[in-house]
Amino acid sequence: MERLDTISSLQYFVPEIVLVFTLMAVLVCDLVSKNRAPRERRLLIVIPSLIGLVVALSYSLQGSEAVSAGLFHNMVAFDGFGQMLRVIFIVTSIFVLLFTLHSNELRLVHHGELLVLLLTVTVALIWMANSINLLMIYLALETVSVASYVMVGYLKTDRLSNEASLKYILFGAVSTGTMLFGLSLLYGLTGSLDLFEIRSALSSQEVVASSGPALMVILVLVLAGIGFKMATVPFHFWCPDVYTGAPTPVTAFLSVGPKVAGFAVLIRFFYGGLASPSEDGASWAMVGSVDWQTMLMGISVITMTLGNVGALLQTNMKRLLAYSSIAHAGYIMMGAVVLSGEGIQAMLAYMIIYLFMNLGAFLVVIVVHNDVGSFDIKDYAGIWRRAPLLTIGMGILLFSLMGIPPFAGFLAKWYIFSVVIDAGLGWFAVIGGLNSAIGAFYYLKILKTMFIDGSDTPEPSTPLALQPLYAGLLLVLIVPNIIGLLLWGYLDRVTEFSQKLLDAM
Amino acid sequence: MISLEHYLIVAAALFSLGLYGVLTRKNAINVLMSIELIFNSANINLIAFSRFVSGDTEGQVFALFVIVIAACEAAVALAIIMSLYRILKDVSLDEASVLKG
Repeated sequence: MERLDTISSLQYFVPEIVLVFTLMAVLVCDLVSKNRAPRERRLLIVIPSLIGLVVALSYSLQGSEAVSAGLFHNMVAFDGFGQMLRVIFIVTSIFVLLFTLHSNELRLVHHGELLVLLLTVTVALIWMANSINLLMIYLALETVSVASYVMVGYLKTDRLSNEASLKYILFGAVSTGTMLFGLSLLYGLTGSLDLFEIRSALSSQEVVASSGPALMVILVLVLAGIGFKMATVPFHFWCPDVYTGAPTPVTAFLSVGPKVAGFAVLIRFFYGGLASPSEDGASWAMVGSVDWQTMLMGISVITMTLGNVGALLQTNMKRLLAYSSIAHAGYIMMGAVVLSGEGIQAMLAYMIIYLFMNLGAFLVVIVVHNDVGSFDIKDYAGIWRRAPLLTIGMGILLFSLMGIPPFAGFLAKWYIFSVVIDAGLGWFAVIGGLNSAIGAFYYLKILKTMFIDGSDTPEPSTPLALQPLYAGLLLVLIVPNIIGLLLWGYLDRVTEFSQKLLDAM
Repeated sequence: MISLEHYLIVAAALFSLGLYGVLTRKNAINVLMSIELIFNSANINLIAFSRFVSGDTEGQVFALFVIVIAACEAAVALAIIMSLYRILKDVSLDEASVLKG
């Protein structure tokens, strides 16, 4: 591992720099085009944002497997894991930016600040996923949080949006405050903010002997903050409310971006600070006196069970998808508890596939809301007669979310379960499998409503309005779910080098 | 002589008070004040540890960052409360209950 100073770090920091300059440029473009027609003004802010994101993406795709370094005096990591996540965040951001363009909810508000906030969150997510210093973790996490509070409350005159935003900020501030208290205690226990120094401090015998209860308290406090971002039980209460109240494109973003970043922080924090890698870097062993592996396993089991059971009772599409995303957080967490590079790889593969299927499902929600004006599942009745192709697309996405072969969601689940079984935790995989069965029930309920309900009404049906942009995006999001099997070798190769964490190289 | 333990006890007491306030208060502004208590309890911890345990300035720098972030968060939270007040004419959390968790 190389420890770089500020100037020599910059060469590995290009996508972030591009994004920061883009967001400042968009802010200025928005201001100087104040007197132009709304349509023209929107183009003037959307195009620079898109260009910035695409340039940042092209820089992040030139990842190199050989380099791994601690940038800015070990504040930010540069390694395979981080490079992969960077691509995930920027791709999510591009999709969400395009989602906002024709959404009916955002039709009456100006987009300028929303795009600036979106870009801010994207940069902060990248920082958050790569932080290896307690100060940096906290700073990045708060930047993501504060900007996303505003994004949730973007519809200023809408009561639901405001309420969701208030709930989000109060819950978020308490969780991050709690986490901060835990971090301050960890600093006191080990005398350092650097995760790798924390690890070596925790490995020493006298600290292990004397720190049992203290470390336990610290971990519970820190998990409050990370769990809030991942939306795992018991810090999931905000999730259904915020997902329902926020404008749907923002909901789609929240269900992928901050959740993935939360898992990245989990990996960085626990694998970096509380576990030591083996010689070849393919597995980790816990250090310190607390068995956090069992703790995370417990959280994962409770999260997926509560998520799936909660989803059974929902009548609102956005709430249902919120609970479904809680359940998926439980599945993703299964990859984090096995303490191996394989586990990290399975997690990343799951996240990539989750990105496509979840964003796709939310896009269908946006499209239906644009036409029907409702998020209630009962208003999805008869969509099959009005838009057969859209319904089939939604069917593929839902089957993928369910984990039915041959769709990509099945591969993701199968991969993560097989890693867990390899680690000798067969019962854990069984619980995951049972949960997928519960999950199938509510996903099928949506499909039943779309296909069967309302098909006996005599009145002639008009085709559903579908903007060409959204049709194209849907195609891009659905196709990977179908040909997941063919892409699997590629995905495996891409995520292979991402299992190398900074310290293990 | 004031030792590290004294600071830690004050910080723990502040943290508990803050958490208690968050859980029991119904007024959004009061909840916000309780959250400030939580942040500042962590600040006391950080500065005390920086002085007594590590001997470097990392903890104090961290505390400065926390103060800035807490100010940002309070500003955003107050703006959101204002905007909700325009709709509801009230800042009680009981009123903001269309979305049920």
